[in-house]
Amino acid sequence: MLKTFKKGGIHPPENKLSAGNPIQEMELPKVVYIPVSQHIGAPSTPLVKKGDKVKAGQLISKSSGFVSANIHSSVSGTVAKVDTIPDSFGYPKQGIVINVEGDEWEETIDRSPDLVRECSLTGPEIVQKIQDAGIVGMGGATFPTHVKLVPPRGMKAEMLLINGSECEPYLTSDHRLMLEKTEEVLVGTTLLMRAMGVEKALIGIENNKPDAISLMKEKARGYKGIEVVPLKGKYPQGGEKQLINAATGREVPSGALPISVGCVVSNVGSAFAVYEAVQKNKPLFERVVTVTGKSLEKPCNLKARIGTQVAELVAFAGGLPEDTGKVISGGPMMGKAVASLEVPVTKGTSGVLIMPEKEAGRGEHLVCIRCSRCVSVCPMGLEPYLLMTLAEKKIFDRLETERVMDCIECGSCSYTCPSNRPLLDYIRFGKANVGAIIRARKN
Amino acid sequence: MSNLLTVSPSPHVHASDTVQKIMYRVIIALIPALIWSVVVFGWDALRVTLIAVIASVGFEYLAQKYIMKVRPSVTDGSALITGLLLAFNVPANLPWWIIILGALAAVGIGKLSFGGLGTNIFNPALVGRVFLLISFPVQMTSYPVPRMSDVDAVTAATPLGLLKEGLMNGQPVSELLGQLPTATDLLIGNMGGSLGEISALMLIIGGLYMLLRKVITWHTPVAVLGSMFVMAGAFWLVNPEMYMEPAYHLLTGGAMLGAIFMATDMVTSPMTGKGQIIYGVGIGVITMSIRLFGAYPEGISFAILIMNAFTPLINNTVKPKRFGGKK
Repeated sequence: MLKTFKKGGIHPPENKLSAGNPIQEMELPKVVYIPVSQHIGAPSTPLVKKGDKVKAGQLISKSSGFVSANIHSSVSGTVAKVDTIPDSFGYPKQGIVINVEGDEWEETIDRSPDLVRECSLTGPEIVQKIQDAGIVGMGGATFPTHVKLVPPRGMKAEMLLINGSECEPYLTSDHRLMLEKTEEVLVGTTLLMRAMGVEKALIGIENNKPDAISLMKEKARGYKGIEVVPLKGKYPQGGEKQLINAATGREVPSGALPISVGCVVSNVGSAFAVYEAVQKNKPLFERVVTVTGKSLEKPCNLKARIGTQVAELVAFAGGLPEDTGKVISGGPMMGKAVASLEVPVTKGTSGVLIMPEKEAGRGEHLVCIRCSRCVSVCPMGLEPYLLMTLAEKKIFDRLETERVMDCIECGSCSYTCPSNRPLLDYIRFGKANVGAIIRARKN
Repeated sequence: MSNLLTVSPSPHVHASDTVQKIMYRVIIALIPALIWSVVVFGWDALRVTLIAVIASVGFEYLAQKYIMKVRPSVTDGSALITGLLLAFNVPANLPWWIIILGALAAVGIGKLSFGGLGTNIFNPALVGRVFLLISFPVQMTSYPVPRMSDVDAVTAATPLGLLKEGLMNGQPVSELLGQLPTATDLLIGNMGGSLGEISALMLIIGGLYMLLRKVITWHTPVAVLGSMFVMAGAFWLVNPEMYMEPAYHLLTGGAMLGAIFMATDMVTSPMTGKGQIIYGVGIGVITMSIRLFGAYPEGISFAILIMNAFTPLINNTVKPKRFGGKK
């Protein structure tokens, strides 16, 4: 029997349209728009000004705290301005706009495609390199990776988990990385293990990617302590707590971090970025983005520079289809709908999904018929129908005791509700309020 | 801007299931038992069913449109199910005007007075049935004779009625056996009773279909039937002359219809599997208590309505097992 997480979960149609398409190098854009905040935590502080010449890989915005991340130029050229640029919702956020001139990289970066396995650095040195390279969780959560690698006082990491489940429908960028950059991902995993000081790593891959499982298994034999764990396909397997539960059987206690059960979770994309940062001296300034959609002419996996506009990726994939109704940054379950195509690819952009008009809207919602499907699919064992009602009525104290803060916002409840109720919308509203109350109580 | 994009929070995809589809699956599951009742009771069964369905849907439409002044929701199929289940719970020879009164009580009192689908506390069809049973005890307990039966009479008692009467008159079970239907008749449903409750086999087929299509889970039916079996079995073991064997209890009266279709009503039953087991055991125990010690030969309708009232309490007490343990 294949392993999976114990509680709840759903099986949305996979629609992995681009799974068979190798990663393609995206042509260089003319202008890049690089936001200074592409991670959870404090925004970084720009180091360049208008008119400065920059190279690809040059630090242009410096981490402003421990939970923050460096940002590097993804291209060579001239800084056009350091000003506000619209984020994916259209809100103005600080960013750096660079006009592209040629493709000159920092000299320290090793641009050869050769695999470098050997590494003589110590754990803390690797952590430092990861921090310098501005690596964040590339599955979409964008939590700075170096922060995770240093356990809080009194806690000890036992093992590393690499998330290769890619449970979001449509997305295939991690799948392609595992197939095409197998050894690089494994070296990255080894480096992360050394950085954490652990001897063991599990790579969880869902069984809808049998090619990735067999290839990773075969290559992993050459690496000490790495085990590939095939998982039974189920959403949200890529959630940290679900992945830990699936691969190890452990349950992260409510309100606690994965480290409390000795685990640190990272993603395939991040492991690859760690390889490039440590072995090739290459900061995180490009990533693989799945560009997909049922009406899209050429669904594909593109290696794009950070700051490239989504519009250019869509153009590369055959242009925006006539029937487009919605554009999502990320997957259909947890991704964000963007207001326009003039938004940049950031470190957390795992995919761009084009939804046709007929699938863009939400159906009318009806009354709750108490079918209890939301309860049975909730991977956290919550009662979404109750949380929604409590949030609607603003009964925040009860919401807290019903553990609304445990919600991981996977959307399984809203997905499955036959009455099409906006369960997660209300739960988010409840979480925001309860979260504010909890913070106020602490101060 | 000519090409506005839709912006909404995630998730951006939705399962294809709708309330309507769930309701129509319930209706499909009821069809085998309905066909069987036409076989046993003739076209009268269809007459009663049609009147109940038309009256239920009609009352819901009219009440929503003219009294509640909301957009009628009859297309969701729930009023249709209420009508069908009401018909299943009455004799096949019930006069038309009594059926209409039952539908009014079911939809009006049982469902719409609480706000309509999703907000009613009690199973609407059972509210209708109990209302009729109390108001028209004679008509509600004069069951037509099955067509295959060689008994020369207009009305027949139900197997449970025969049993109750015999035992009340002090006859031991062994003496009564000759008057009661055979095991095969009980299973396929060749006996007197309410329109849709007689065939255990057809109801189980419908139940399996609902299980397969994920309309219901096993918890409630198994808990109801299991607890009935255990309780009836315990008394039977103590004194087989005073108490009938447990299998007889499962195949007669409204046990199957109640356990599979009435107690599993989503709106009025608990949300968690554990809660449904508590609820189901409650129904089983109350049903058997009425059958063994009460004045009525059958009591599953009362049992379900009583446990419906406990559903909010069960939902508040029995919580799903949270991920990450206790806090």
